[in-house]
Amino acid sequence: MTTTKKTAPRDNGAPEFKKFLHPLMAKNYGKWKYHERLRPGVLVHVAESGDALYTVRAGSPRTMSVDTVRKICTIADKYCQGHLRFTSRCNIEFLLAREEDIDPLIREVRDILGFPVGGTGPSISNVIHTQGWLHCNLPGTDAAGAVKALMDTLYEDFVNERLPQRVKISTSCCQINCGGQSDIAINLQHHKPPKIDHGKMQICELPKVVAICPVAAVRPRRVEGRDSLEVIEEKCMYCGACHGQCPSMEIRDAEADTLSIWVGGKSASTRSGPSFMKLATYGLPNNPPRWPEVSEAVCRILDAYKAGAKPYERVGEWIDRVGWKRFFEVTGFPFTKYHIDNYRFARTTFNTSSQVRL
Amino acid sequence: MSDTKEPEEIQTPLLDELEKGPWPSFVTDLKDLSEKKPAVKQLLGQLEESYETRTDHWLGTVINLDGYGGGVIGRYSDVVDKFPAMARFNTIRILEPSAWVYSTAALRELCDISEKHSAGILQFHGMTGDILMLGSDNEQTFEAGEELMEKGWDLGGSGAAMRTLACCVGPARCEMSCFDTLGLTKYITDTFISELHRPEFPYKYKFKLSGCANDCACSMQRSDMPIIGTWRDGIQVDQEEVARFIDERGERSVMNTVIARCPTQCMTLKDRKIIIDDDNCVHCMHCINVMHRALSIGRDRGVTILIGGKRSLKIGDTMSSVLVPFMKMESEEDWERLTDLVRRIWDFWGEHGMEHERVGEFIDRVGLGTFLDGIGLEPDPQMVNQPRSNPYIKFEEYTRPRMAGEEKKAPSVLNKEPDGEETIS
Repeated sequence: MTTTKKTAPRDNGAPEFKKFLHPLMAKNYGKWKYHERLRPGVLVHVAESGDALYTVRAGSPRTMSVDTVRKICTIADKYCQGHLRFTSRCNIEFLLAREEDIDPLIREVRDILGFPVGGTGPSISNVIHTQGWLHCNLPGTDAAGAVKALMDTLYEDFVNERLPQRVKISTSCCQINCGGQSDIAINLQHHKPPKIDHGKMQICELPKVVAICPVAAVRPRRVEGRDSLEVIEEKCMYCGACHGQCPSMEIRDAEADTLSIWVGGKSASTRSGPSFMKLATYGLPNNPPRWPEVSEAVCRILDAYKAGAKPYERVGEWIDRVGWKRFFEVTGFPFTKYHIDNYRFARTTFNTSSQVRL
Repeated sequence: MSDTKEPEEIQTPLLDELEKGPWPSFVTDLKDLSEKKPAVKQLLGQLEESYETRTDHWLGTVINLDGYGGGVIGRYSDVVDKFPAMARFNTIRILEPSAWVYSTAALRELCDISEKHSAGILQFHGMTGDILMLGSDNEQTFEAGEELMEKGWDLGGSGAAMRTLACCVGPARCEMSCFDTLGLTKYITDTFISELHRPEFPYKYKFKLSGCANDCACSMQRSDMPIIGTWRDGIQVDQEEVARFIDERGERSVMNTVIARCPTQCMTLKDRKIIIDDDNCVHCMHCINVMHRALSIGRDRGVTILIGGKRSLKIGDTMSSVLVPFMKMESEEDWERLTDLVRRIWDFWGEHGMEHERVGEFIDRVGLGTFLDGIGLEPDPQMVNQPRSNPYIKFEEYTRPRMAGEEKKAPSVLNKEPDGEETIS
């Protein structure tokens, strides 16, 4: 293998964002006064100077060909003085100085790109997701495909603002859960301890594999005259941390792995403060190419949320107010012993009062 | 090599199902791309196999550019006999501009490099924040890296390093931003560019910056060090706009959607005016979100710095918790004070942290009190929800747990090892 000569500069650092700001962003940097949502997917930000900057938000599939990105650029050159941005949830934000350009731009976004406009205010934002089978070495499911199928189902809730509050959704393809906390999360669940391939065990990794196990279930063992490991299966909780360390600790099982739905995660400190998501239902089949059972379960949660939440209540805040008993009643998901935490700090999740809803 | 699939043999009936429906389809896009990039056809073929068997076909490996210890995610396929172009199919992580703002010229430059040196697939953006460029073999990876850096781009982070930062849109387009999220993101990135490119920490360290408590960068649970904007004077109230809001939406709406939802009950409505007990305001942003013409963030602005957030691997999720309740973040000196604090944390965690121990896990193990001692920060009641309720305290010494590499020392009350035979006699 040849290596190229070291010629280019190193450690350039982050790109200079000031070069990339829309002229109205640069001019009014830090001097914005207020904003309004003009309609789903369209915002206006008004500066102290009186300038107005319009934003059209479009959902993207995140994974894009260079040709698609160039089409986006062509539209931004025509209407946005060559400037745009992306959001943390993989939406594209086209930035416009002229209100009369909004409708022509939206038409081109729909006709040329086929991207929907929405994702603002009390709507479903674009689902954030991980690499999945497309390009990760650890996943038990795909992400981009599951998200595509789910967003087909939730399309109307992306292009309209008809929910009590914003709903953020994420997916993760293994139990590392790179997708993060969300109002509704779809995560892969392993059900079996790792299967060890003793023949391919990489010796240099063994101490790391032992060390990373959070429940000390992995320990050294000689197998057929070679250094290897064993897993104490009663201790193992199928987290897959060892699999990340060593590909010979295969945690995935195409027949056994399922999907679980989690609800009530929130990052904002707004009102109730941040919260972790909690288990809503489990055991959904990992069912490519369209994962219909997942879409059905998510819709069930959304329907109950729409019917029961007050304005501005996030999913977790709604459940906190009405209680988990009510949540399981209105969604129809069974509550089982598997919903009760039995890991660290489990007791902090128990009801330590006599307050019950009867 | 007889197993190699000819392009016309690669059928994708399952993936084709994902071309249906109103949401844009990455499958359609990649199929179109495969017309000029044959490797993408093989990528889809391999993905189709994963859909058929619910089995992944990627393996990870390490590949680095000269002078770098990360930034490239090495990938090769375990079905390379069928899909030879997948023998090496790496991802290059590229540092994104703060708040993901772009000129089309910059995006076109990335497209050109991607088309020239990779499969022509870009992702905006990875979960950490990077621009991702997919599908280079090793030689192309070096070429793409050199060209990216020649044109002023740089690689993102991977491994046990400071990771690529991310921030909200901040002062570029938001009236709620309490500090310059974009500027500070670039400053931290550039100040610690060596720590980003050459992994030497116990494990990864992520920053995410949000201009206010709405936390659009999702910093609380997705970064080891969230930096979140806040203010320490009062919310600015425009009572004329309050009156206008009441005229438009009614007094009951103010009561139900604003006053009743304040987490500390610090607001009252009196004579069509909003009165705020500023001392009890926790700067949660809800009232400002709802009445954003009438209410706005205070003028004496800064940040709250938190620590320890991460996703589930390996002890379960941890939420960030307050480390510095308030710090001004306006001048270069303020920024330097922050990076000084970061260096102290990295020194202490770097010295005593265990392999693969995120800083939040480290704090769990050694205790927040020990951690504060170690980085030279005074305890503050804002760091906790409540003081401890368990009584087992070593007041006299606050014995810290054994650190990595230290000899095991018996506690002082047991410092004499009982000698079996002598004890019996």
